[in-house]
Amino acid sequence: MKDGVNGVALGVFIFFFLAVTVMGFLAARWRKAENEQSLDEWGLGGRSFGTWVTWFLLGGDLYTAYTFVAVPAAIYAAGAAGFFAVPYTILVYPLIFTFLPRLWSVSHRHGYVTTSDFVRGRFGSKGLSLAVAVTGILATMPYIALQLVGIQAVLDVMGVGGGENTNWFVKDLPLLIAFGVLAAYTYSSGLRAPALIAFVKDALIYIVIAVAIIYIPIKLGGFDDVFAKAGDAFAQVNPATGKPRGALVPAEAGQWTYATLALGSALALFMYPHSITATLSSRSREVIRRNTTILPLYSLMLGLLALLGFMAIAAGVKVTNGQLAIPQLFEDMFPDWFAGVAFAAIGIGALVPAAIMSIAAANLFTRNIYKDFIKPDATAAEETRVSKIVSLLVKVGALVFVLTMDKTVAINFQLLGGIWILQTFPALVGGLFTRWFHRWALLAGWAVGMVYGTVAAYGVASPTQKHFGGSAKEIPGIGEIGYIGLTAFVINVVVTVVLTFVLKALKAPEGLDETRPEDYTADAGDPGVQAELPSATAGAGH
Amino acid sequence: MSETPEVRPPVVTPARVIIAVCLVAPFVAMLWVGSYAKTDPAFIGIPFFYWYQMLWVLISTALTMLAYQLWKRDQRAREDANGGAVK
Repeated sequence: MKDGVNGVALGVFIFFFLAVTVMGFLAARWRKAENEQSLDEWGLGGRSFGTWVTWFLLGGDLYTAYTFVAVPAAIYAAGAAGFFAVPYTILVYPLIFTFLPRLWSVSHRHGYVTTSDFVRGRFGSKGLSLAVAVTGILATMPYIALQLVGIQAVLDVMGVGGGENTNWFVKDLPLLIAFGVLAAYTYSSGLRAPALIAFVKDALIYIVIAVAIIYIPIKLGGFDDVFAKAGDAFAQVNPATGKPRGALVPAEAGQWTYATLALGSALALFMYPHSITATLSSRSREVIRRNTTILPLYSLMLGLLALLGFMAIAAGVKVTNGQLAIPQLFEDMFPDWFAGVAFAAIGIGALVPAAIMSIAAANLFTRNIYKDFIKPDATAAEETRVSKIVSLLVKVGALVFVLTMDKTVAINFQLLGGIWILQTFPALVGGLFTRWFHRWALLAGWAVGMVYGTVAAYGVASPTQKHFGGSAKEIPGIGEIGYIGLTAFVINVVVTVVLTFVLKALKAPEGLDETRPEDYTADAGDPGVQAELPSATAGAGH
Repeated sequence: MSETPEVRPPVVTPARVIIAVCLVAPFVAMLWVGSYAKTDPAFIGIPFFYWYQMLWVLISTALTMLAYQLWKRDQRAREDANGGAVK
């Protein structure tokens, strides 16, 4: 960061980056289907992925570079409170076990590409579907931007692109190149590119974590020492707030926050368009259920990774920007070449989700805004073309966001995005199990949740920020500090239920439901469920 | 939660209760933060708070796997009994 370019690490980083670039472009030929010009192909990889590809894809998608940087950074900054990411990812899997297979089935029966497609089909409401689509796009954009922040952190520590005094073009050039390459292969290969690159990303990440979790504690004198030093550091009183910096265990007052953050985030994760895109690309409903039993491996990795935050403290890493704590730890602890591998893991870890997120946002725009409102008679080829172009625009937007605005803006918006996306839960998951909710009630509940969440988040101050200083606030009526997103979600549900009673009493039009109960349990091979698209290279099966 | 068409096996069966328990248990364990917000006993120097939650990653994985296996068996039994597409 301060001591010039780390040549060896940079060399290794560039090597891996080039390797995945080649893979990204070649991915277009991987398990290629005859009908390329359809959104199922470009945007869902032909809906053909088996258990392992889906596992890598979802893992690469959900556990992003930003996660790897931000979770240990949160631990580094405040201790126990940052560890909520672990219970959060524990809770995700039993949760999705119950509803994702139903979404998969109904989507395959009716050719749905996005969650908004389903909501429109189920409730016969373009308005509700638009609300879900816009929320998804809004929540995804800052998430993509944060992937760039992750790459930037790595580049900074390697000594390229850092420094406040270099001119902006030199400073941002590496990021621009990385992004240009990403945009190009996503455009040409669609979802196949991140699916293939995810293998490299996850292999690298697992190697790095395995080494880090053994090698670094040994160098630092064991976990006893690591936690003793971290405990001392957290006990020190921060002069700005007059409170200790953090704690090794959440205090009584912080436990509500911890639990609500874990629960709210778990509910929100599979509302994100990129999670759904990766899910719908799988070959059968069994693939999804099986994946809920093997995906937790990533949670274990995340937990170990979080512990790196303590190691950064014990190793005496001092950074003003917490995001740099882990890359700096790697640079300080590892030999140069292995630091390069670690940086490559984070860098590639950003490319995979960024690609999937931009595809997901593009699909939402194409299906639920362009086709529903602008050009209803668009052909499959047109849809694919629009989606490809939008995926580019989304990425350029994220890039501009990161380059022109302060990083905290991206983080604030990502925080808001989490609160927002959770508000689509009643329409989506509610809709998967029951048609009882009224579409207008769902729309009203969504709106109330969005407004409450945004206003509440705006009002949270922290020592460094006047607004958007955190994601927790006093829960009205309970008095404990809890996750704003979850509070907004509860309000949302209450409004939805009450208005549903009212609207049903008033006999408001229900809208047409194009799905039937048996659609929710259909599996590959059942009549009406489109099987894998005809393969151009027969026999390349999984 | 899951609607089953008019077939003979009851909607609530012991297997399904076990499945539900497997899926709900992690929520109870993880959201009851007070039950594990302590440093002792430590494991190889890692405070209880951290290793306990990581242990729950494994426990919940095992529980979800169990639920998955039971579910598959439940489905097969129903298909055999019904001879057609069931939930």
